[in-house]
Amino acid sequence: MADLTSNFVGITSPNPFWLASAPPTDKEYNVRRAFEAGWGGVVWKTLGSEGPPVVNVNGPRYGVIHGADRRVLGLNNIELITDRDLYQNLDEIKRVKADYPDHAIVVSLMVPCEEEAWKAILPLVEETGADGIELNFGCPHGMAERGMGSAVGQVPEYIEMVTRWCKQYYSKPVIVKLTPNITDIRKPAAAAMRGGADAVSLINTINSIVSVDLDAMAPEPTIDGKGTHGGYCGPAVKPIAMNMVAEIARTPETSNLPISGIGGITTWRDAAEYMALGCGNVQVCTAAMTYGFKIVQEMKSGLSQWMDEKGYASIDAFKGMAVPNVTDWQYLNLNYVTKASINQDDCISCGRCFAACEDTSHQAIIMSEDRVFTVNDAECVACNLCVEVCPVEDCITMVEQAPGTVDERTQKVVVKEHGDWTTHPNNPSAVAAE
Amino acid sequence: MGNSVSTTGIVSGRKDKQALAESFKDLHAPLSDHEALVASDRCYFCHDAPCVTACPTSIDIPLFIRQIATGTPEASAKTIFEQNILGGMCARVCPTETLCEQVCVREVAEGKPVEIGRLQRYATDRLMAAGTHPFERAAPTGKTVGIVGAGPAGLACAHKLAVLGYDVTIYEARRKGGGLNEFGIAAYKSVDDFAQKELEWLLSVGGITIEYGKTVGEDISLVSLREDFDAVFFGMGLAGVNALSCEGEELDSVINAVDFISDIRQAADLSQLAVGRHVVVIGGGMTAVDVAVQSKLLGAQDVALVYRRDKDSMSASLFEQDLATSKGVRIIYNAQPVRVLSEGPALSVEFAYTETNGGKLTKTGETFRLDADQVFKAIGQSLTGAPEALTLQGGKIKVDENGRTNVPKVWAGGDCATGGDDLTVTAVAEGRDAAIDIHTTLLG
Ligand SMILES: Cc1cc2nc3c(=O)[nH]c(=O)nc-3n(C[C@H](O)[C@H](O)[C@H](O)COP(=O)(O)OP(=O)(O)OC[C@H]3O[C@@H](n4cnc5c(N)ncnc54)[C@H](O)[C@@H]3O)c2cc1C
Ligand SMILES: Cc1cc2nc3c(=O)[nH]c(=O)nc-3n(C[C@H](O)[C@H](O)[C@H](O)COP(=O)(O)O)c2cc1C
Ligand code: SF4
Ligand code: SF4
Ligand code: SF4
Repeated sequence: MADLTSNFVGITSPNPFWLASAPPTDKEYNVRRAFEAGWGGVVWKTLGSEGPPVVNVNGPRYGVIHGADRRVLGLNNIELITDRDLYQNLDEIKRVKADYPDHAIVVSLMVPCEEEAWKAILPLVEETGADGIELNFGCPHGMAERGMGSAVGQVPEYIEMVTRWCKQYYSKPVIVKLTPNITDIRKPAAAAMRGGADAVSLINTINSIVSVDLDAMAPEPTIDGKGTHGGYCGPAVKPIAMNMVAEIARTPETSNLPISGIGGITTWRDAAEYMALGCGNVQVCTAAMTYGFKIVQEMKSGLSQWMDEKGYASIDAFKGMAVPNVTDWQYLNLNYVTKASINQDDCISCGRCFAACEDTSHQAIIMSEDRVFTVNDAECVACNLCVEVCPVEDCITMVEQAPGTVDERTQKVVVKEHGDWTTHPNNPSAVAAE
Repeated sequence: MGNSVSTTGIVSGRKDKQALAESFKDLHAPLSDHEALVASDRCYFCHDAPCVTACPTSIDIPLFIRQIATGTPEASAKTIFEQNILGGMCARVCPTETLCEQVCVREVAEGKPVEIGRLQRYATDRLMAAGTHPFERAAPTGKTVGIVGAGPAGLACAHKLAVLGYDVTIYEARRKGGGLNEFGIAAYKSVDDFAQKELEWLLSVGGITIEYGKTVGEDISLVSLREDFDAVFFGMGLAGVNALSCEGEELDSVINAVDFISDIRQAADLSQLAVGRHVVVIGGGMTAVDVAVQSKLLGAQDVALVYRRDKDSMSASLFEQDLATSKGVRIIYNAQPVRVLSEGPALSVEFAYTETNGGKLTKTGETFRLDADQVFKAIGQSLTGAPEALTLQGGKIKVDENGRTNVPKVWAGGDCATGGDDLTVTAVAEGRDAAIDIHTTLLG
């Protein structure tokens, strides 16, 4: 049996599945039940400074992009950080941690960008016995307007400065949660590292308008006729988040920075993909908000079955294994030639490949009178569109052309040697091959 | 009161009203909004879709389904009605299992087609419930067309012509329009007086007058029709019934299935309609299945449907056959009636077993008898009352691919004409296409 126990920057937990800082981790009641349900850790819903708590809207705060059968594909929210009293939260954290010493509790924090504010809150958090803190530099709405959250996360210098204060006034691991609402994720990650962060976690939510009410002519969720951008999360954001994770993992400067992966993780496979891209653990919010705490059972059983099948004894055994294979376009092998191939036994003659290739790709699929679909190798550029639009999985596959054979499209012999853009004759700045 | 399924003879009230209402409810419940979204999502939006090819009216199925999926059922309905103005009825009565759904790529792939029929009903119901009509009439052409029969063929022809700017008069022998939609289709396929509602909605386009109780051949002649109108269309269906040609056919309780079905459709109160305890149905088409099933639903204790050939040769689809057996009808294949014997008020039908040798049906020599209070004949309808001037072929009005008969200015379509499958949807297609040809001929 694969060992799922996790040690993330010194914080141990029975498994690598943590609940992200959000409504699922807002209070003692939830967190206790989450642990009982099998979650390895939680990042407590973000705490703010002492004083009157923030207030949330009293109208709807979520909007959703639905897929077939109302499957939740993307969730948008305009909720703020915790709206409960600071001391009540701290008391609860302390109690739960005492009862669950083996589970991870990390406290998410967002206070103004002033040293005094951090100096005030950090000892209180230290007091609770929690395992670490996560700096919420990501929340894109409400708090950002007050100079916190993503307003800080968008300025690398601030990140570095605040991280440094935290390392100075707090003894345990400091995780910096990054906002995706920037152009180059490597900059804030490097800043966090310079400030002494033990890890980064990403992504927080993406600025979004999830839908527009065409009767009210206002963004949704609509509060008394008006709406505001919210933060987008759930399955729809996973590709964006994974790219950001990979960017950090493959950049030499930040390649050793531990990463906690967040964004759309819904199944064990999502988690495994994040880990393959270098994440030491993962955090989940939308999936729990959609299906409840129980889904972690599938995540654990699935990951463990897959690890057994692959012979990975621990998460470290495969963590980051895909990182060396993430490269720049210019290094992709242009001598690697494939052709689409349709398995006639599986084909149900829907004609979607034909419509796609004929109308929008390379006119490489031939449709016969009696609806038999075949690929014309002389036109196929191997774009993969037909593979993706075919409703039957694996009915169309990309078949590699053996070196030595002729690519009917280019009339060139396929060569075995790697040849990429850096050495390509069409590249004005190509370096001579060999 | 007091009658039950086991009361001897032919009696009414075998079931109470509530039980009857339950038995005769919608065969397929309408889809809810959510169900429609889920069902529509299963469509692959095929290129040159096989389902469209299989639809006799060539409805753009992938398009109308996509319009449902995007939350515009009214636009979807318009896509349907553009090709098939009786899309609402067709959604209920088409044997989709042998038409669009049979060739749906998902039927071929996984034995579970996209529910095209139910989706079509969802869209058309939505638009019709809104009480609006999606088409406007073109500027008047000043020309007029006379139509014989207000069944699906006649109505489809009339509607298309009205939209094209013609003034149309329909002569209908009966007191009510709709043809077999009103008098023939099984009650559980068209509940809540749908045929009349659809008729009214169709006529709301304007320009169509129906003269009820006017029989062409009796009240009006072909000659006068040709004089009065610029073109004439015959959509008179098959008003006659084929004979069994066996001894005892004339006995009182040997009944034409279509007449009994019509009684069911017109009954104000089904608990007043008498049905036998033992019922025997002879035939193998939709009419046979419909009369068998509805007799059973009315409360007959046992119903046997006897067909002279094997299961695969039966013109009622496998779905229809399964429907019959699921309602408790016993289907006996390979047997044909020899004679009907009267035993007091009751009957007994003698059948001979048959087999097919080299395409020829022969009796095996073995016989059996079935007791019956009522025997329904459902071995096909035939053309009656067609004007003599029209050339017939195989018992139907001979038409070319444009629906033209041998007589100039006269078109025909639907059950009464050659070609087609004797289905509502083919009648609609033929009526519509004849209208287009009339238009091309008169103004093209
Ligand atoms: C019992 C039964 C069940 C059926 N079930 C189905 C089904 O489930 N699905 C399906 O697709 N099809 C079914 N059909 C077939 C379908 O009903 C017909 O194919 C369709 O109605 C044919 O339309 P039509 O307009 O050609 O003829 P009809 O519907 O027969 O209409 C002809 C009209 O012309 C009128 N008429 C006749 N003679 C004259 C005259 N001389 N002068 C004036 N008017 C005249 C008639 O009164 C009638 O109103 C069924 C048929 C029967 C009998
Ligand atoms: C309603 C809601 C409230 C959130 N509140 C916080 C928060 O207080 N602090 C924080 O760091 N992230 C917050 N997030 C972001 C999540 O922790 C997480 O980063 C994001 O939802 C992406 O993960 P997911 O795709 O699994 O949902 C919130 C998300 C949601 C949906
Ligand atoms: S891979 Fe692209 S070019 Fe080749 S057949 Fe498929 S869609 Fe056409
Ligand atoms: S998309 Fe797939 S199933 Fe459809 S015709 Fe093409 S190969 Fe066949
Ligand atoms: S064949 Fe089936 S899947 Fe394809 S367009 Fe028609 S209904 Fe949709």
